Amino acid sequence: MNFAAIVFILGWVLILEAVFMIFPCIVAVIYHEPSGFSFLIVAAICAIAGVLITRKRPKNQVYYAREGFVTVALSWIIMSIFGALPFVINGDIPSFTDALFETISGFTTTGASALKEVEVLSFCSLFWRSFTHWIGGMGVFVFLLAILPLTGGYNMHLMRAESPGPSVGKLVPKVKETAKILYGIYIFMTIAEIIMLLFAKMPLFDAITTSFGTAGTGGFGIKNDSMMSYSIPIQAIVTIFMILFGVNFNFYYYLLGKHKKNAFKMEEVRWYFIIISVCILIITLNVYKIYGNVFAAFHHSAFQVASIITTTGFATADFNVWPQVSKTILVVIMFIGACAGSTGGGIKVSRILILAKSVKQEINSFIHPRSVKVIKFDKKGLDADTVKSVSAFLVTYVLIFGASMFLLAFDNLDLVTNFTSVAATFNNIGPGLEIVGPVGNYSIFSPFAKYVLMFDMLAGRLELYPLLLLFTPSVWKKN
Amino acid sequence: MKIIIVGCGKVGRTITEQLSKENHDVTVIDKDNTVIHDVTNNYDVMGVVGDGVSYSVLKEAGVDDADLLIAVTTSDELNLLCCLFAKKAGNCSTIARVRNPVYSKEAEFIKEELGLSMIINPEYAAATEISRIMRFPSAIEIDTFAKGQVELMKFIIADGSMLHDMSIVQLSKKLKSEILVCTIERNGEVIIPNGSVILQKGDILSIIASPTQARDFFKEIGVETHQVKNTIIVGGGTIAYYLAKQLIKMGISVKIIEQDRSRCELLSELLPEAIIINGDATNQDILYEEGITHTESFVSLTGIDEGNIFLSLFAQQASEANAKIITKINRISFDEIINNFHLGSLIYPKFITAEYILQYVRAMQNSVGSNVETLYRIIEGKVEALEFHVDLVSDITDIPLEQLPLKKNILIACINRNGQTIMPNGSSTIQVGDRVIVITTENGLRNIENIIK
Repeated sequence: MNFAAIVFILGWVLILEAVFMIFPCIVAVIYHEPSGFSFLIVAAICAIAGVLITRKRPKNQVYYAREGFVTVALSWIIMSIFGALPFVINGDIPSFTDALFETISGFTTTGASALKEVEVLSFCSLFWRSFTHWIGGMGVFVFLLAILPLTGGYNMHLMRAESPGPSVGKLVPKVKETAKILYGIYIFMTIAEIIMLLFAKMPLFDAITTSFGTAGTGGFGIKNDSMMSYSIPIQAIVTIFMILFGVNFNFYYYLLGKHKKNAFKMEEVRWYFIIISVCILIITLNVYKIYGNVFAAFHHSAFQVASIITTTGFATADFNVWPQVSKTILVVIMFIGACAGSTGGGIKVSRILILAKSVKQEINSFIHPRSVKVIKFDKKGLDADTVKSVSAFLVTYVLIFGASMFLLAFDNLDLVTNFTSVAATFNNIGPGLEIVGPVGNYSIFSPFAKYVLMFDMLAGRLELYPLLLLFTPSVWKKN
Repeated sequence: MKIIIVGCGKVGRTITEQLSKENHDVTVIDKDNTVIHDVTNNYDVMGVVGDGVSYSVLKEAGVDDADLLIAVTTSDELNLLCCLFAKKAGNCSTIARVRNPVYSKEAEFIKEELGLSMIINPEYAAATEISRIMRFPSAIEIDTFAKGQVELMKFIIADGSMLHDMSIVQLSKKLKSEILVCTIERNGEVIIPNGSVILQKGDILSIIASPTQARDFFKEIGVETHQVKNTIIVGGGTIAYYLAKQLIKMGISVKIIEQDRSRCELLSELLPEAIIINGDATNQDILYEEGITHTESFVSLTGIDEGNIFLSLFAQQASEANAKIITKINRISFDEIINNFHLGSLIYPKFITAEYILQYVRAMQNSVGSNVETLYRIIEGKVEALEFHVDLVSDITDIPLEQLPLKKNILIACINRNGQTIMPNGSSTIQVGDRVIVITTENGLRNIENIIK
């Protein structure tokens, strides 16, 4: 392991975090909040530490995939720890465990809150909570790679370790340019949403924080009841943007570039929209009786489906009281998640498609034992390695899921709460069912259970392996 | 620049590495997805799995707005077709590797008719390099600048040489010939020396001089300067063919040992003046029989790198005439270890090809001002020697060199003005029309103005 290089990059991450923390400071100045000083203090600490570390480039430039994975995992943990400090210092969230839970939930774009009341928080803290969604959504390293002059083997390994999806491709030959394009699209869409929400008469602060929550597919609301008290047009805008942020960003790149046709050939995006439409249709029919009119039923089911499948986690209705069919569908799409290469979490539509295809191939091989068939995705043959790694991903996923449920069982809550709280954090959604439902929160859990859930959130956002690697002893050996 | 590289073998990979380091947008096309996987993991490039001749694959790789396509697959025909398509589809410059001797005779015609920018023939280039060394066997490597008017030579300071324990200032005082020491390699480290550096035996020096001055210099330090009289070449591949042809022209008698009977027959038909031996060169008896003990030079050109190294080691040991040994290495990348064997001259066809292409790419990047005319990588990946042609007045022309704020590790080695070679000192100036040779450890100089801060 090249620890020098890892620490060097961690230094840059700290500097970046310091820069990000200036924004809540600005908010504090606008609202005349003394609690903003906590952000200034932590930003200063990060900046000093970061500058000291990055003063000297490491001599040893050897940098492989494992260094990439470890760097990413450590960075996210360190970022979360420093990100949690301001909450503790300014007293908005006195318990460090809760503050860390809140920050990890923010960076991983989960949106699960351990707080009973969010409306009592200061504006700068509220802003920081939502802003962490926006930072975590597209990823810290994608940002770093866009601006840092890192050369050599660093970049691809970092990007691969942080970006979601079974295979990470580049849009253009250079990582740096790819990262710039991705952030360009991301920033543009976020601003578009803010403007639309302002047109729908949402207050500026609410519009910005809600947009951050949507863009990162996070889901922290600044109200106790999430999005329920906002007007129908605002909710509709948020619905549309949630769905848009769950689309693979390559789609937008193709759409903007010369190869517009490619955009519509993307199998994953097509299936993503098919799944959404079908789910909305079934739930609308199912909840029609509760709302009494088609429009309201459609509106709420669309919002909830979009919110869950993109793993955002906003809510306009308490789906905890919906009929079983609807609840079951929502739980199922919790696992499917958004597209690869989007800001969403979950298993990802593309993985589900690949798995479905390999199941079909397996069945076929019983009928025609000698048949040879290559699994195709986007009309191209997939190599066996990708298929294998997708299966391995699923197995790892199930194992972590099972282990987390077992560890949570010590809190002695009911099974549905237990199951959905793991599902909601592991898939970076936020609200689950029963106690952790859309009107509930995670404050009931013991500190131990909270740490388990924090692990799940990080593992879910970073796609399992970076975090698992941290717990693999051989990674830490010198050679 | 947007560059597409088709084919990712040894040469493709070397160019990919270098061009991506020099900050170009590189896209690599190869049929084998494990190769693509590997390349995209290691370098900052985009990979496309597919056949480079297919229009849709080329399109996916972005041929529409590419500036240059380099086709280096194993097949000549594929390379040519690929370039043809790219030219029609994207109107970009194209470089093809063509190595079949049949085509290489018609290289100019093919280039014109197919609209190629450049045809490279690594085997021919390697043969040329070997024959240059044969002309002056005391050097390990010889590169030429300014159409042969300036030479860059690399040689080892032998045991008992008068250069041992001499500083560079002393060297220039004692000797009459005008040469410039560009680099010193010592224990794997490279130094661009100043006057106080003291030379030691075992150092590998690179010097720059005009050919006559260089010969005078070697005479003064007591090193043989005549060309070899005869040679044994092991392995009768394409390089051997090109090499034999060139050597015969120089009046060197050539003996080729080749295993394959039919290949021998073909060679003897093509090279009537050469002696062709059909036999396995790993059999020591054959080597003794063919006079390995008294040959003046020995070239191992078989297709197996390990075999070449052993043959050369054996030849070194068996030779009583202190023969010049030249070893071709295709694939192996353990430079440091190979260097420890002191095998004499090593020839890496893939690096020679890469040099040619880099030279073209850098020259293409700036068409005005001063062009890169020639580029050599004297010490693999560490030091480059570049020749610039100064076409326009700029910040660096007509100013004494001592007043130029030169970057670190840049040496203006030589100025060639109207065919005359000038060894520059502090008061020399660079003028329009000059060819300037710069030695640098900095990769990626494109313009003569890049030498100042």
